[in-house]
Amino acid sequence: MSTTMDSGEEIGALDTIRRGVHFSPELKEGIWGTLALAVVASVGQVIVPIAVQQTLDRGLARSGGPDLSFTVWMGVVAAAALLLTSWASYAMTARLFSTSERGLATLRIKAFRHVHDLPLLTQNTERRGALVSRVTSDVDQVSQFLVFGGLLFVVSVGQVLIATIVMLFYSWQLALVVWVCFAPLFLSLRFFQRKLSEAYGTVRRQVGIMLSAISEPVVGAAVVRSYAVEARTQARIDEAIATHQSASTRAQGLTAFSFSLGGVSAGLANAGVLIVGIWLGFAGNISAGEVLAFAFLVTLFVGPVQMGTQILTDAQNAIAGWRRVIGILETPADLVDPGPDGQVLPRGPIDVRFDDVEFAYPGGPPVLRDVTLEIDAGRRVAIVGETGSGKSTFAKLLTRLMDPSRGAVLLDGVDVREIGEASLRRSVVLVPQEGFLFDDTLRANVRYGKLDATDAEILGSADELGLTDWVAGLPRGLDTLVGQRGESLSAGERQLVALLRAHLADPDLLVLDEATSAVDPQLEMRIGRALERLMSGRTSVTIAHRLSTAEAADEVVVVDQGRIVQRGHHSALAAEAGSVYSGLHASWVSQQGKP
Amino acid sequence: MSDERADGRGSTRAGFAVLLVAIKREPWIFTLSTLGSVLFGALTVADAWVLGWSTDHVVLPAFKTGEVGTGSLVAILALFLGVAILRAVGIVARRLGAGIMQYRMQASTRRAVTRQYLSLPMAWHQRHPTGELLSNANSDVEAAWGPIAPLPMAVGTVAMMVIAVAQMLFADLVLAVVGLLVFPAVIAVNVTYQHLAQGWMTRAQQLRAEVSEIAHESFDGAMVVKTLGREPEETARFAAKAEELRDVNIRVGRIRAAFDPALAALPGLGVLFVLAVGVSRVMSGATDAGDVVTVAYLLTIVSFPIRSIGWLLGEFPRSVVGYRRVSAVLAATGDMPYGDRSAVRGADGARLDVEALGYRYVPDQPLIEDLSFSVDPGRTVALVGATASGKSTITTLLTRLVDPDRGRVAVDGVDLRELAAGELASTVSIVPQTAFLFDDTVRGNITLGVDVTDADVWAALRTAQADGFVAALPHGLDTQLGERGTSLSGGQRQRISLARALVRRPRLLILDDATSAVDPEVEARILAGLREAGAGSTLVVVAYRKATIGLADEVLHLEGGRIVDRGTHAELLSRSPSYARLVNAYEQEEVTT
Repeated sequence: MSTTMDSGEEIGALDTIRRGVHFSPELKEGIWGTLALAVVASVGQVIVPIAVQQTLDRGLARSGGPDLSFTVWMGVVAAAALLLTSWASYAMTARLFSTSERGLATLRIKAFRHVHDLPLLTQNTERRGALVSRVTSDVDQVSQFLVFGGLLFVVSVGQVLIATIVMLFYSWQLALVVWVCFAPLFLSLRFFQRKLSEAYGTVRRQVGIMLSAISEPVVGAAVVRSYAVEARTQARIDEAIATHQSASTRAQGLTAFSFSLGGVSAGLANAGVLIVGIWLGFAGNISAGEVLAFAFLVTLFVGPVQMGTQILTDAQNAIAGWRRVIGILETPADLVDPGPDGQVLPRGPIDVRFDDVEFAYPGGPPVLRDVTLEIDAGRRVAIVGETGSGKSTFAKLLTRLMDPSRGAVLLDGVDVREIGEASLRRSVVLVPQEGFLFDDTLRANVRYGKLDATDAEILGSADELGLTDWVAGLPRGLDTLVGQRGESLSAGERQLVALLRAHLADPDLLVLDEATSAVDPQLEMRIGRALERLMSGRTSVTIAHRLSTAEAADEVVVVDQGRIVQRGHHSALAAEAGSVYSGLHASWVSQQGKP
Repeated sequence: MSDERADGRGSTRAGFAVLLVAIKREPWIFTLSTLGSVLFGALTVADAWVLGWSTDHVVLPAFKTGEVGTGSLVAILALFLGVAILRAVGIVARRLGAGIMQYRMQASTRRAVTRQYLSLPMAWHQRHPTGELLSNANSDVEAAWGPIAPLPMAVGTVAMMVIAVAQMLFADLVLAVVGLLVFPAVIAVNVTYQHLAQGWMTRAQQLRAEVSEIAHESFDGAMVVKTLGREPEETARFAAKAEELRDVNIRVGRIRAAFDPALAALPGLGVLFVLAVGVSRVMSGATDAGDVVTVAYLLTIVSFPIRSIGWLLGEFPRSVVGYRRVSAVLAATGDMPYGDRSAVRGADGARLDVEALGYRYVPDQPLIEDLSFSVDPGRTVALVGATASGKSTITTLLTRLVDPDRGRVAVDGVDLRELAAGELASTVSIVPQTAFLFDDTVRGNITLGVDVTDADVWAALRTAQADGFVAALPHGLDTQLGERGTSLSGGQRQRISLARALVRRPRLLILDDATSAVDPEVEARILAGLREAGAGSTLVVVAYRKATIGLADEVLHLEGGRIVDRGTHAELLSRSPSYARLVNAYEQEEVTT
């Protein structure tokens, strides 16, 4: 199991593009047609200078005096050609927008889907904000590059080549002069690209850090306020803002400097062309008109060179973004869905078996080991143990939120890794301690357990769990808006919603992980009784620190330091003097104020 | 959509108004970058002049006479190179200046926005989703100051155009007028583009925010999504928005695809027209070839920068939307004013008085009604009541996360509203039900900048029963915790949060069911530790468990935001059946089992 997300930083630029196209096959659609249009479009840029040259040489400087009809004829042809190439340019860009946006939507959706397949471990290690930015702003940056960069770069290179060929056609000596003048620029390009790549990489990281700092007073508003740490929080934010600002400014300075070099090369080339042109003219190799046309050709050469360097600069940002998205997609999903080969669990209570299971986080000691356990179908089992004993790990393995490092977890005799994801989630439901709610109505949140549940079904579930009064007491009943993360409700109420969800989901194996820790004892006991009804006809595993749950279970499994140390019925275990369970029970009893 | 389009015309004016704000704030750097841009523009024009000059004075004579002086060649080199270098200086000044200006505006706006987040009361925060506030501070700020990047270029372009036009007029009046016909055409294309693109661009911005919100929420709730196997539905929800964004982007793209070549073709057509007219004028002897070349060249050169004005105007709709959203945050009121009184310092407990407190959450939410109680220094009061009876709301009133609608809360006789900023926190600490941890080290999370020794931190951790697992962390106190402490378990987070309160030795400590995720044995040890370490402190606890309630000198039994009974635990048990049912639930369960 990997601990970190693949940041993709080691992937080279061309490799990034290749892999990117692999994930977004739309990008290849009609590429040859688009390229053909691009070639036609770029011809448009040559038309005017050629018309100028022709007009100067044959219209204006003709030996018999200027030729108006030739000039007009030339102008009409050039204008028509210009309109045609402009249309080609429109068609090319429109096609690019279409393929890029379609390709990126695919990439975005694939990446989003894949994030949900990444192990929870990874989701905890990485910051959520960074994950979000990978399917939003990172993708947006690629879009700019694909439309205004990728193909235009190819076109720019093509234009440079065409300009060179045209220049060679006029005068190979002058073409050489131009290339010699630009040589230092081309040679320094690689160096500047590396610098820029570093600079923009820093900017990107700083954006993440800054957003994380800014989110603190938003998400933690209550703590910041009640501890009066506004000044400290602001200082941390200000520092992040300042660091981002200076990183951005640095990258901008580098961009400006590297961009300005192209202009100097152009000046040098212009002067060189005229000087060498005159010299060549003396040797009778070239006419005045050709030298002047060459001066125009140099702008033809300079334009795409500047465009190309600009694209390479912007590409550093985009490639970095693309890398990050690809990095997500290439991070292996630890929990691989067997897909169509996946087995389907039959309905009805599930038989659970842990076969010599061990689990360790990467590089860490085992947090659960030597676990061999059989839970017969329909039994109610309670898992108890101190915080950190491994009982939550047990629940995560059972519900396949993680896979064991060794051994196997079997449901109805089938290894969970071989059960189809849809069937597994249909049959096995975990109710976690902190019930996350979506910013929507109570109804929508409960329906998360059964998407097509009617109001009658929801109210029926509430009735069975003894929650009718609670639902009725809410200001708008099922239409009550629960707020972000459900924060308009209390922690206890959020747990109630999670239980309703599970009830509607109607699982065959129900796993409760401290599912009622935040509700009051009276309600907890009431729910407990209701849950017992819910558990009948199903297998259930309950993780609880309130031993009242354990007392009601068919069997109690005691976990200590990653191993199962005791098993049996509550009364038998409590009687074993000096055992882990009797210790837990004693402190529970004393807390309840019992004698 | 139609509204946004109708808004389009006004947004050009509003866009200039936003830019004016930036220019007023950063006049010097704006001047510098504009000068850079003007320099660049002037020298681009000078380039054409150098070419024209070289043509007329060096190249053509040289070809005519067959000889050229070294001085002329050196002049060409010096002129071209000098112009190029100065132009490079102009580029750096323009781009770097624009960057500095843009990032400064971004930074200062972000500082202002986050200061608002820190000063606006909880009630305001509850009304605004996290995703929205983050995008206010991030993408809205970026959008608002987006036009700064092309601004100097556009201003410089105007200067360049003025110079170029003057040059053209100087070269040949008639040809210049012919060439200038390009400008109204450019403006017409621009206006059409703005009109067509604006609405879709605004929509695209909105959709970006919505895509981001869905991703944020879905990843936030990944546990629920996974355990209920709802990935396909979540993906469908995300895909629907992503595809809507894609379609809008393609529409914007199609408009943009038409705009760029149209703008690029106009000067080309102008050049061809100038040539035709130029040749006829040369034939009639009204002008010479050099002037025709100059005007044609100037027109070619001006054509590209003209687009920068288009880029500037193209940024306006986004900028105005962003600026308005940011301004709404900056203009938000409802700030809680602080008084100027200081809190009592000392090691003894604080006195707490709650008098006739009334509070209405958001209109639909439960009420606190006519709540009165007092806690003498060093005493412990337990708030006991069913789920959603208003206990947590009371703790937010006691710590002044919200102000009451009626009545008052006083610590040591001073109304909380009269205390100066930061004074309350020096006296009162709360441990909330759901622990919030900062993206910081363990030490940083506990001290939050308060100057305490590591020994004090460890003592607080010991009382909170957190010393064991903190010591086992890879870097002990220096271990960096992840965002919202996700790498720790719920119980461990609660204990860090508890240590944060304890290290301050508060005179009034409020625990809001702060040990709900901790197992009973550990909780028992925490309570024992609190009894020793918290000696002297006044304590208000929200609790369900009898061991915790047992600490209290007085118990307030709450139902529906009112106190229905008060007394010692034993008194309430004996006289209140509903109280007994609530706290004895576990035992009664055993009796019935």
